[in-house]
Amino acid sequence: MSFCRRLAAASLIISLPVSAQALEARIGYVQWVPDSGPVLSNVIPEPEDAGLRGAELAIEDNRTTGKFLGQEYHLESRITDSESSALEAFEAMQQSGVDLFVVNAPADTLKTMFNKAGEHTLVFNAGAKDDALRTADCQVNLLHSIPSYSMLTDALGQWLNQRRWDEVFLITGPTHADKAWANAFRRSAKRFGLEIVEDKPWTFEADLRRTASKELPLFTQADDYDAVVVADVRGDFGEYVPFNTWLPRPVVGTQGMTPVTWHRVVESWGAAQLQSRFQELAGRDMNNEDYAAWAAIRSIGTAITQLNTTAPADIRSFLFSDKFQLAAFKGRKLTYRDWNGQLRQPIPLVHPRGVVAQAPFEGFLHPESQMDTLGYDRPESQCRING
Amino acid sequence: MHTLLKHTVLATMIGLSGPAMASMAYVSNEKDNTLSIIDTNTREVVDTIDVGQRPRGILLSKDHTKLYICASDDDTVQIMDLATRKIIDTLPSGEDPEQFALHPNNKHLYISNEDDAIVTVVDVSTKEVLAQIDVGVEPEGMAVSPDGKWAVNTSETTSMLHWINTETFEIEKNIVVGQRPRHVEFSKDSKVAWASAEIGGTVHIIDVDNLEQIHEMTFKVPGVNQDRVQPVGIELTSDGKYAFVALGPSNHVAVVDAKTYEVLDYLLVGARVWQLDLDKDEKHLYTTNGVSGDVSIIDIEDMKVVKSIKVGRYPWGVVIDPTS
Repeated sequence: MSFCRRLAAASLIISLPVSAQALEARIGYVQWVPDSGPVLSNVIPEPEDAGLRGAELAIEDNRTTGKFLGQEYHLESRITDSESSALEAFEAMQQSGVDLFVVNAPADTLKTMFNKAGEHTLVFNAGAKDDALRTADCQVNLLHSIPSYSMLTDALGQWLNQRRWDEVFLITGPTHADKAWANAFRRSAKRFGLEIVEDKPWTFEADLRRTASKELPLFTQADDYDAVVVADVRGDFGEYVPFNTWLPRPVVGTQGMTPVTWHRVVESWGAAQLQSRFQELAGRDMNNEDYAAWAAIRSIGTAITQLNTTAPADIRSFLFSDKFQLAAFKGRKLTYRDWNGQLRQPIPLVHPRGVVAQAPFEGFLHPESQMDTLGYDRPESQCRING
Repeated sequence: MHTLLKHTVLATMIGLSGPAMASMAYVSNEKDNTLSIIDTNTREVVDTIDVGQRPRGILLSKDHTKLYICASDDDTVQIMDLATRKIIDTLPSGEDPEQFALHPNNKHLYISNEDDAIVTVVDVSTKEVLAQIDVGVEPEGMAVSPDGKWAVNTSETTSMLHWINTETFEIEKNIVVGQRPRHVEFSKDSKVAWASAEIGGTVHIIDVDNLEQIHEMTFKVPGVNQDRVQPVGIELTSDGKYAFVALGPSNHVAVVDAKTYEVLDYLLVGARVWQLDLDKDEKHLYTTNGVSGDVSIIDIEDMKVVKSIKVGRYPWGVVIDPTS
């Protein structure tokens, strides 16, 4: 008899997910990544749907969870080819009632979008690494799942410090992003006691596939240094620096050994499973933008699982509460910094076929979270988005 | 010659006080594709056996004659005959089996298929797949209650305990727990289940009659950063006195009063402590330490770590044969 009753109860629970009252979460994904122009190192092209496929995987993950709770998830996504069409796509989705967004676009586009968003929309930045978005231009309803440049360079700075490779040769490319990366690195150098013995801009215009071996040794001439640091975000000349330096020294930075949000070679803490799920979905490897979009939508999903509501204000306050923790395959629970909305996270340092280390490193202490040794900490940021 | 004689005499004496053969501990080495076999009397590795790729979960058949091994990257469960230490058969397991649990009927094997978000139930006597049950993302921990009524699966990314009725193979209840639940352990009387949440840093104690959480535990290891305190393996003594919780990269095992849920002590073991098992008299606890590649032995009476034994790379699971 009790078995019968249990069966009846079971069918009640099982029938819940298909009932008409299922909670429906709609999440918008808008991508606009400006063309970075012709680059010398174009052998391995970057995927054009970087970010989108991570968002799709997170929606699938959310759905699998949601089906046990009567929660449904829908992704509305647009990859656009100009700033204006990105803004249009954002507005159109908003008008159709979407108020949870993941945006993979430059900082300026993000800011314009945000000004149109109004206060009832929650936006996750999954593309712009600019430090200014975390130190001055913060917005109450803007969270960042992609690490800032300074988080990446602090990871590298800590590593160079703990290896005692204190003297570095910095090469900076010509783009805005290269300069932003290099500025972040200069700050990291100061924080972690590194000396930049040479700080040279990259101005050569030759095609290095033919001449790297001749030009770079001369370019990197200096008395001594422990490592060469390259700031070449779009991957123009940087791939030709390793093995072509004047002194036999390792190359780190945007090429060589690189601090990343995510990379194919990360496999610990269950990451192998995420990698293979992604590979199955997208037919390619998961990269930085994919991970950031995935983490944003999994944050939303984790909140909805707990709250059973899709209201942006409720989700936002849950994400900043001590109840929120994101299991995100980096070996630690991830949380959002309450002053600027940045997702705290460890930063792997990788080379193309392996993980070298993962920051933060032991010995770099912090009173609250060791992960806050990466990037602008509370006292260094003007932002107080939670008052 | 003299020493040999002494050994023989000693062995005979031990033989008189109990079964003649020493009890063996089996350890799966995830990155070596091997099993290390430890003699629990001499506390030395006596054999290393090649098994399938990426061996993780291991368990004994209820008659203690066979060892089942999840060979995750071979998408199969291997069966090793303990007497000959030979792989004698394989079972269809579904993709990427990680952990599993055997029903007390000694037939129904519940397997987590991590890549497919399902639990596969296989009859080990006929090799028939009896059911495939949809669960959350990345099913991991698997346990069957000693009374055989419930199979519980933890799904890591969904962060739930899925309660499967073992007669209907249907999920009857889903309980949301802390992030990344890894392992479930039932009390001997099947009344209470303990579930660890690795990233949440919590252990959830569930009342099995009502399927409700009755307590949530957190841990604070002195001098260890809080986000390195990640509960994974759990082991309960059958007298209901103690629970042991492996705390992953904090490199400690928590000793818990199983009645009051109070943490009594934290014991330092090897790096990234993962799974646990008690020896046959429940006098010693064995732990696998993934990063340091060794097994620690804890003396339960003294609550002290008494020995560490080097095994293969990334030891994952440990089971001790209580009969041999």
